[in-house]
Amino acid sequence: MSPLPAMAVPSHLVRLSAVDVVIVIFYFALVLSIGWYLRGRAHTGEDFFLAGREMSAWVAGLSFLSANLGALELMGWAGSAYQYGILATHWYWIGAIPAMLFLALVMMPFYYICQTHSVPGYLKLRFGEPARALSAISFAFMTVLMSGVNMFAMAKVLQIVLGWDINFSIWVSSVTVAIYVGLGGLRSAIFNEVLQFFLIWAGALLIPILGLYEAGGWWHLKLLIAQRASEQYVHLWATLGSFSNNPMGINWVGIVFGLGAVISMGYWTTDFLVVQRILSAKDIRSAQMAPIIGAGFKMLVPMIVILPGLLGLAVLPEKLVPESMATVSGAHSYNDVLPLMMARYFGPGLLGLGVTALVAGFMSGMAGNVSAFTTVWTYDIYRPLMNQRGSDRHYVNMGRWTTVIGVLISVGTAYLVMQFASIMDYVQALFSFFIAPLFGTVVLGMLWRRASAAGGFWGLLCGTLCSISMWTWVKVDPSALRYVALSPHAKGLAQDMYQALWSFLTCVGVTVVVSLATKPLPEVELNGLVYGLTEIPAVADLSLYQKPVFWAAVVGIVFVVLNLIFW
Amino acid sequence: MISIWFFIGIALAVNGGLILAAGVFQLLSPPITPAVALFKLHANVWWGALLLAIGLIYCFRFAPKR
Repeated sequence: MSPLPAMAVPSHLVRLSAVDVVIVIFYFALVLSIGWYLRGRAHTGEDFFLAGREMSAWVAGLSFLSANLGALELMGWAGSAYQYGILATHWYWIGAIPAMLFLALVMMPFYYICQTHSVPGYLKLRFGEPARALSAISFAFMTVLMSGVNMFAMAKVLQIVLGWDINFSIWVSSVTVAIYVGLGGLRSAIFNEVLQFFLIWAGALLIPILGLYEAGGWWHLKLLIAQRASEQYVHLWATLGSFSNNPMGINWVGIVFGLGAVISMGYWTTDFLVVQRILSAKDIRSAQMAPIIGAGFKMLVPMIVILPGLLGLAVLPEKLVPESMATVSGAHSYNDVLPLMMARYFGPGLLGLGVTALVAGFMSGMAGNVSAFTTVWTYDIYRPLMNQRGSDRHYVNMGRWTTVIGVLISVGTAYLVMQFASIMDYVQALFSFFIAPLFGTVVLGMLWRRASAAGGFWGLLCGTLCSISMWTWVKVDPSALRYVALSPHAKGLAQDMYQALWSFLTCVGVTVVVSLATKPLPEVELNGLVYGLTEIPAVADLSLYQKPVFWAAVVGIVFVVLNLIFW
Repeated sequence: MISIWFFIGIALAVNGGLILAAGVFQLLSPPITPAVALFKLHANVWWGALLLAIGLIYCFRFAPKR
């Protein structure tokens, strides 16, 4: 979900002092120490792949959020805020909060009660082996490729911001991640994600504090943005009546139904990279509370991502330009806004912490990809398709080796992208093909007992093919976007929203038609997998403030109020 | 098992201590031409002190002995 493209601006933005370097080195020493300490706690498959299923709601929730709080997201969305204004906040609010609450209240009980190791594992239980194989192979393939693409993009960022050599960045970060995930498994990845969460806040929160001080407060900031850009930049919903009325070229239908109802639902409820963190929770209440805690903090993330982008519009003396112009002119691009704001306010020490936050975000993102890949490969590809009779110890060893191999494939992909930059666009597009239809398949599987095995498989396949077809159509003939997004004024981001919407509807339609034409699964096989046939543990004996639904309501109310305030 | 919050405490305390030390050094011998905006606020002093305090609280509260 990162909008950050390849960058190529000469000369680096910031120069680290000795104390900054010490802070960066200390971070590497700490994460390796954590991995070394946790090595003795990853003996069984449950330990290595699901962190022993003993994480508290807070740890699982912060880890769940951190898996999507990588450095590329931070820098990319800060750049988007500079480019599109406060509209970029939709990816943090309507593009996340409803989906997180839906995961907590509706979907998590099924994932948790069926004791699956993964999302493809749920598809196996609900729709059979073909649906799992399709989902697992596509996920595993895409995950390591995405990891490699992100690795290259981040190495490029470190080269631009700090002047670090690309090879140095790739290998140091890769070896570190391979060591700490290989030693401690998911528990180690989760520990470092929570550490990253704190470092990102410690390193980034000072930017909006100092920025608002310099700009003269929020109301004066809005005036400055209106003068230097447009008043459209500070409205969340008021400009979404039509495609031509806002800098993003999108309308409210695309945001609400494409982003809010399909893309974010698909990402936050079925992407195993984030769901795996919740599956590590110690009990079902913790598993439900974790996404709610994540949602509460997610609503605050625009403070350290969107606000710095808006502040950049108001206080930076120079005008940032699109990536294509930056490459030619040597000026700074939109995506440089976050490091530029760091360089503006951060003296010795603070700069080291800010850079550490970016490096930590990058490495924990890679660790998240690798740990999810390792689990899906071992449990959903290797065990069912290659070796069904291995011991638990054998699968743990396979997990450790797969961690190393996954990192090496990612490194190989990074070097491939270095040679052929266009691969990056293709891989990012490929990843989006699977998310929306997978959500259709999983949610129908959980909520509709009549959905059959054949319906699930063909719905998933047709939804994915629909997504690929639309993407190819627009790639070959860019004017086709007017048909996909239903408007001649639609721009690039609208394509993602509407492509997801159509592929989801295709998946649901095909699943329903095929299911009604084929034999349903016996109800006894659906116990623990489908609404109406699953006994959800009662929460009647809990006090009100202990119930997940209470906290979900609190988060939901704050979410609505925030949208109204920034309407 | 050592709590994850103890590791968080170590990270915040060490980073906070280093940032505070760098800030105090700049406070005592300020550069002729400050390289950052709002230098007069000495953000690294109070932000470093805040991180150090939070880190120490976490270290104490979640120390392995407890």
